[in-house]
Amino acid sequence: MENFALELIQNGKRIDKRDFMQFRNIEIKENVIGKAEGSAYVKLGNTQVIAGIKMGVGTPFPDTPNQGILSVNSEFTPLASAEFESGPPGENAIELSRVVDRGIRESKTIEMEKLVITAGEKVYSVFIDIYILDNQGNLLDAAALAALVALLNTRVPKLDADGNIVRGEYERKLPVVHKPITVSVCKIGDKLFVDPLLEEEAVIDAKLSIAFREDDKICAMQKQGIKGIEFDALEKMVDVALEKSKELRKLAK
Amino acid sequence: MGKKSDIELIVGGLRKDKRLPEQTREIKMKVGNIVSANGSAEVSFGNTIALSSVHGPRELFPRHLQESQTGILRVRYNMAPFSVDDRKSPGPDRRSVEISKVIRLALEPAIFLDDYPKVTVDGFVEVIQADGSTRVTGINALSLALASAGIPMKDLVTACSVGKINGTLIVDLNGEEDNNSESDVAVAIMPTSNLVTLLQMDGVLTKEELMHLLDLAKKTCKDIHEMQRNVLLEKYKGEE
Repeated sequence: MENFALELIQNGKRIDKRDFMQFRNIEIKENVIGKAEGSAYVKLGNTQVIAGIKMGVGTPFPDTPNQGILSVNSEFTPLASAEFESGPPGENAIELSRVVDRGIRESKTIEMEKLVITAGEKVYSVFIDIYILDNQGNLLDAAALAALVALLNTRVPKLDADGNIVRGEYERKLPVVHKPITVSVCKIGDKLFVDPLLEEEAVIDAKLSIAFREDDKICAMQKQGIKGIEFDALEKMVDVALEKSKELRKLAK
Repeated sequence: MGKKSDIELIVGGLRKDKRLPEQTREIKMKVGNIVSANGSAEVSFGNTIALSSVHGPRELFPRHLQESQTGILRVRYNMAPFSVDDRKSPGPDRRSVEISKVIRLALEPAIFLDDYPKVTVDGFVEVIQADGSTRVTGINALSLALASAGIPMKDLVTACSVGKINGTLIVDLNGEEDNNSESDVAVAIMPTSNLVTLLQMDGVLTKEELMHLLDLAKKTCKDIHEMQRNVLLEKYKGEE
């Protein structure tokens, strides 16, 4: 079975004539949702994603009494693809949420201890909701970028005397101290490339998504795709992701 | 989870369970332990115990899920309510849905389903006791279960966890180490073909540390692979 996207990649080319190491054009809009405490719209080529941040007040988890709560959820809305169905999130949506979550949580991007209202009793919760509006490939990189940009413009709502949130009034910016960037590197045979189109994702052997902090430390990784990766290729994929992460980080102000 | 590296997990070069940094817990393996299944296995790493069974190849319903050219692998990873300190409410949660997917992807490259159009091979992993590294224990078990079900495979799949605690790079994290690690990495490989089929990492690592951990994982998987081969040979020697 020959495939156009596959054949091109094997010949060193791509459907949209991009270089293997080139991302599509990225457009970012901040604060697109006034009702949200923070938000960002990311258009990566024709892939469109919104990340909206809502904050609430809740009870801390028993094992982290002195930390706020972080929750990442994603919706693969049926409007974004004929492949997406309504109903509870499928495994791809869950995986995306969890990989974005790990990139933010494990990198200690948010100073969670600064989100405590009363130690052990009351803390702020940060809900990151990722909405996929149009899937034309590489959802994860777009979603992680949208989440980071949204966090960077998130404001912590004010509390009234009873400790309830006063909507529309803010006391400070969310304490965001790192800028993790996720880059997915795709592999077909010995060819490596970034920012896959939907058509390319359908024919990749494997994909390795890596989140880097601004100090170049790795904070999350996830391997996807139907084939295994040679040990030698792993290091190259890490190097590619590191280089591209620096480029993407310039977009997250 | 709260990653607290201030907890003393390594004292005098030894981990709390007296292991050296690069030492696994005691590993036990059995195959053919569930007679109602086409294939089955039980693998334990210390207190972590995973049971696995394989049903199929069998006809896949509903029909629209069938692939005309090839069979498909489905995987369900689940943790028993009594497997952890605080009872886990039964049924799939987000974590188990993700893990089911990555286990499937870890095994798929090793099996040939081209000869089985329209059918499914269903692999089940039940963690009956959890003390860290459950997904990799489950992968080792499911790989054995697939082999014992007679599913054609080009290689076994062997998995282990590696990570970093108190600044030290270690192999096979137990539950306490996992909860307090600076980083943990789950790796599955096809040992004969030297391919990595599962790689998940969280925490904070430099690239050099990651490369070193991958090397440790490779070595550890060689040993585990030997055990897998032996348990299969032992069980099925002399059988036609």
